[in-house]
Amino acid sequence: MMRGGFGRGLAVAVAVLLGGVALAFTLGRFPVSAADVASILWSRLTGRPSGMPGNVEAVVLSVRGPRVVAAILTGSALAAAGAAFQGLFRNPLVSPDILGASSGAALGAVIGIYFSLGIFGIQSLAFVGGLIAVAAVYTLGSALRAGDTTLALVLTGVVLGSLLGAGVGLVKYLADPYNQLPAMTFWLLGSLSGTDASDLLPLLGPVLAGTIVLLALRWKLNVMSLPDDEAQALGVATGPVRLAVVAAATLVTAASVAAAGVIGWVGLVVPHLARFLVGPDFGRLLPTAAILGGGYLLVIDTLARTLAPVEIPLGILTAVVGTPFFIWLLASSRRSWS
Amino acid sequence: MSLSALDLAFGHPGRTIGRGVTLDVAPGRVLALLGPNGGGKTTLMKTLLGLLPAHGGRVALDGRPIVTVPVNERARLVGYVPQAHAGAFAFTALEMVVMGRTARSGLLGRPSARDREVAASMLRQLGIGHLADRPYTMISGGERQLVFMARALAQEPRYVVLDEPTASLDFGNQGLVMRQIASLARDGLGVFFTTHDPNQALRYADDVALLSQGTLAALGAPASLLHERTLGELYGVGVETVEAPDGRRAFLPG
Repeated sequence: MMRGGFGRGLAVAVAVLLGGVALAFTLGRFPVSAADVASILWSRLTGRPSGMPGNVEAVVLSVRGPRVVAAILTGSALAAAGAAFQGLFRNPLVSPDILGASSGAALGAVIGIYFSLGIFGIQSLAFVGGLIAVAAVYTLGSALRAGDTTLALVLTGVVLGSLLGAGVGLVKYLADPYNQLPAMTFWLLGSLSGTDASDLLPLLGPVLAGTIVLLALRWKLNVMSLPDDEAQALGVATGPVRLAVVAAATLVTAASVAAAGVIGWVGLVVPHLARFLVGPDFGRLLPTAAILGGGYLLVIDTLARTLAPVEIPLGILTAVVGTPFFIWLLASSRRSWS
Repeated sequence: MSLSALDLAFGHPGRTIGRGVTLDVAPGRVLALLGPNGGGKTTLMKTLLGLLPAHGGRVALDGRPIVTVPVNERARLVGYVPQAHAGAFAFTALEMVVMGRTARSGLLGRPSARDREVAASMLRQLGIGHLADRPYTMISGGERQLVFMARALAQEPRYVVLDEPTASLDFGNQGLVMRQIASLARDGLGVFFTTHDPNQALRYADDVALLSQGTLAALGAPASLLHERTLGELYGVGVETVEAPDGRRAFLPG
């Protein structure tokens, strides 16, 4: 098992992110050279005119810019939440939707589409749906079994998640098959197409708040990944810390699902890649996963809009990339998860 | 100053399994808790650690009811050595021992350079300094047990509580771990350990408590307390004594 130093691992993650940014700005139906992108971004920062044609500026600043930011935020959020949940549930196979955040958000979104709400209404319902779902799972799970809280939470999450999935199925069944159903299907597969500057603020607030909390708790996550008794004996008040981690991870997950739809695999695959780079210590893992997740989703999103004449939904691409990766992971790391 | 139980009733939520336990873990002394499977040893130990609420009576940590001592302060006074297990993540031995510093590393628990030094010195003290950078998932059970002991020592506690410290260890590792336990008491720590083996209590403990069906059958010096009759009653089987010319004894079951 290879385990580099923190500096080197972090440098790799930053390089992936910067490479992703360069690719995302330059590639596409309207290729822009890296030099032009740089001078447009620089002129934007300094406030001076760039001297570039207006349509090139529009592609960089209005079309690709917001989408790049959204991809980074969403990818970082899902990766950080995934890493945190893997620690909290002491299981490297856990992903951010384990407690129903994605299924709740999905139900909220399809209800929003069903009632023909605007994009803001749909995103709000998705966000609130994710929060309510996890709150329900957490309340129910903690009430059911006093002893093994983690197991009770996971089981409740699975059960309520499948109920919410049935709800999504029902709304799709009732929906208008010509107007609403394609919109629902597209949304459930995840996409960042059509992201504009006004979408960024509702994403930025929750993602920043939640990620800051997760980063602050990252050393405690090491201890939380031990059995509950041990964590308490090491001086961690496991109840409050668990609640804070779940709340923060849910906040960022619900916000990203509201902005980009359901994108699986990122929160599962990226923490593993980060662990491969810097080892399992959450003090190093969480920042690395967050940076790497931004770069990863940016690359995936660039592929999504350049591979084929029509956009490929993100959820499909992440699954196509994630499945072989995961099979390789299962085959190669029999003894430990690092 | 001691970690003590006073007329303690203990059990899991909703089910009391033992009562009337009074015992005292004093600095510099080793107390062994001996008893058959299912007799409540682990539950009593967890209640003593404050991990389970007392069902009656009380647990006192240096005179204060343990429920009134905040968890991070408890962790600075009492170290817990669980049975060796392979966790979900491949932390290095050093990273695992650094976690013992959590209660001494401020609000966020961010380890400092000094915390890493303390952790490394605890590994060396237990003779496993060379394992520092090895994933603890890939070392032997005995080494893992020593890593957990180093982690408890990194808490710089006054008392150490060990859960069947030799349960899954081979013959040689049992001796290694037990000698380290005895040396903890010589360094002034109060030591409490549960065990299945009367010979360990006889050889390494200052006091032994016999737990039978939730109550203390006896508490006292191992040499006077442990003999064929008491052990036969405790475990419900015949016990044979082997005696060396110098007067030292060992027990054989069956």
